[in-house]
Amino acid sequence: MREIIRAWGLTALLAGLLLAPAGVMAGVEKPVLERGKGERCVEDTEYMRRYHMQLLKHHRDDTMRRGIRTTKHSLKGCVECHASSKTGSVASSKEDFCMACHVYASVKLDCWDCHATKPMKKTTPAAMPRLSPLTVGLPGGQQP
Amino acid sequence: MSDLQQKPVNEERRTLLKAGAVATGTALAPGVLLFGAAQARAPEEPASDKVRWGMIIDVNKCADGCNDCVTACNEENGLSGATGPQDSQWIRKLNIRHLKTGVETSLPMLCVHCEHPPCVDVCPTGASMKRADGIVLVDRHICIGCRYCMMACPYKARSFVHEPLTDQNPEVPRGKGCVESCTFCVQKVDRGENTTACVEACNAAGHKAMIFGDMNDPTSEIAQILKTQKTTEIRADLGLNTGVRYQGI
Ligand code: SF4
Ligand code: SF4
Repeated sequence: MREIIRAWGLTALLAGLLLAPAGVMAGVEKPVLERGKGERCVEDTEYMRRYHMQLLKHHRDDTMRRGIRTTKHSLKGCVECHASSKTGSVASSKEDFCMACHVYASVKLDCWDCHATKPMKKTTPAAMPRLSPLTVGLPGGQQP
Repeated sequence: MSDLQQKPVNEERRTLLKAGAVATGTALAPGVLLFGAAQARAPEEPASDKVRWGMIIDVNKCADGCNDCVTACNEENGLSGATGPQDSQWIRKLNIRHLKTGVETSLPMLCVHCEHPPCVDVCPTGASMKRADGIVLVDRHICIGCRYCMMACPYKARSFVHEPLTDQNPEVPRGKGCVESCTFCVQKVDRGENTTACVEACNAAGHKAMIFGDMNDPTSEIAQILKTQKTTEIRADLGLNTGVRYQGI
């Protein structure tokens, strides 16, 4: 008899566990993200959601260790496009682009211990797009 | 950018490179030479081992009391400028006195970007690294802050970041728990500027005590000086083949 009670108890417990997430989810708002400044993201949104860290990690090694400075998958590019119109940053408030999802998913971010969360100030020449100085003066004044 | 779009650019680049190669060392006016115009590389091109960045510092031209190179470095790389035992200093002004003659010299000291860097030898994680073009860097993504490299460096060139930082320069990420040192302004070098903040400041102050360039490019000013004048490596006895050389010590 005791076995039967225990089995029933276990089933009830399991059922409760399975149902619980749905109940909890109902109480938590999905993050609402501000639209980026650019026309469209460098990759599809679905892809970025799942793989942005792989892209960033690959790019960080290329840039840091080999000196490759393409802008397509650079973190600086993400910041430039996604800095919030309110805070000017991607990670200074819970609503900012990176934090919105990361708070929702409870995944801690280390990036911003070192990297700037705000775009480069536009006045410095460094904010110019990274083109090779050799390609600047193409015939007819065209830009590559 | 697709491959299709990229091709014409690369062809254009190749012709420009050829033209640039001829144009290096062009005389602007009698006695004034324009050096190193062909060194810039495209953003997608990795740093090349054909290049070795280096610096020559003429201490006779370095003014006692002038701190412009240090200020410029702090500004460019977002350092606070504080000089306490726990503050980061990538370049320092030193005053040295000859024990016998009493002659005093003032000179800047920075990471000398060794060809055989002890900081890289001792690093347990591979964070301390030398790029193909000779620039020695710390990959903060994998630095564990053990500070072995600080002990190994004979030039006391490295600093440890003790406190959390905010408002970093977007081009110079740096943060608590990592070791750092002079990067030869790698962000400027990769932009094709072929100079560093300290050298620019020294020139702007009119002292012209520092020269930066590709030591492997025979047409560069630095290579010309290395070939024709006496330069000194600090602690040459260690055989590290430093990228920063001095004159007048
Ligand atoms: S001077 Fe010091 S930090 Fe710089 S490469 Fe040499 S050992 Fe490393
Ligand atoms: S402090 Fe960082 S860079 Fe220096 S030896 Fe340790 S892991 Fe390497």
